[in-house]
Amino acid sequence: MTTLTQTRSSLRFAPAIFVALLGLGVISLTGHVQAAALHDAAHDMRHATGFPCH
Amino acid sequence: MTSRILITALFAGASAGLMAGLLQLLFVQPVLLHAELYESGQMTHFGAGAVGARLPLPAFDAVRDVLSVIFTMLTYTGYALLMVALMSIAEERGAPIDARWGLLWGVAGFVAFHLAPGFSLAPEVPGAAAAEVTARQIWWFATVGAACVSLWLIAFGGRVLLWALAVVLLLLPHLIGAPEPTRFAGPVPPEIAALFAARAFGVGLAAWVILGAFAGLFWQREGARISAAERI
Repeated sequence: MTTLTQTRSSLRFAPAIFVALLGLGVISLTGHVQAAALHDAAHDMRHATGFPCH
Repeated sequence: MTSRILITALFAGASAGLMAGLLQLLFVQPVLLHAELYESGQMTHFGAGAVGARLPLPAFDAVRDVLSVIFTMLTYTGYALLMVALMSIAEERGAPIDARWGLLWGVAGFVAFHLAPGFSLAPEVPGAAAAEVTARQIWWFATVGAACVSLWLIAFGGRVLLWALAVVLLLLPHLIGAPEPTRFAGPVPPEIAALFAARAFGVGLAAWVILGAFAGLFWQREGARISAAERI
């Protein structure tokens, strides 16, 4: 029974953890990936938001 | 649950991000463009020309500025996805989530994502000398992560030991120190650089507070809509 309860409680936050990782991915993409096209398009935003830019 | 988090985050992030983008365009972009005149050498700090002379700034550049606004909206949507996910966990554990509490979440988000890393890696004006970008990004992610954990412990830890751990997590990245350039080579006058950092922080705080309030508000609305739909 104990294992069952543990499984359930850890699964309870699975959607939240999934969305949090998605958010982290978006922030990495817009703010940190150094690919030239992304960097140029996001350049002003990266400076204005305080991300390490180049 | 997943759809409630996603819907709340997408609407809160996009609308707060739009406001952030417009505020940046209005208050940060002119300072950035002014700095770029020095970065490109069109103006020289202590050069032959009169110091403080202002060249006309480039006009509104549709592609560049619209891209900036779109990427600001995307970034704030990323922030919102993270924050609303944490809000849902906090609510599950008994914390109230609404627009008023959202204001506090917004301030906390600003501290975690802008103020904590910016305390040692100040928002950089174009042309500023800086250490290698990968090293700064690693430091940035570590500092933001530590600040997120720290603020969560301050808000929900409830024990002296955890609060002490929170203080350590907040201080440690700055005691270790951010990657620094080996020599200073920025061509931009300090007056412009200081104004740039101040404006970046100001707009960041405003946008994050709006984001927090919107996230709390939409979280409530979406919850009410879902429970109304379940009753039918």
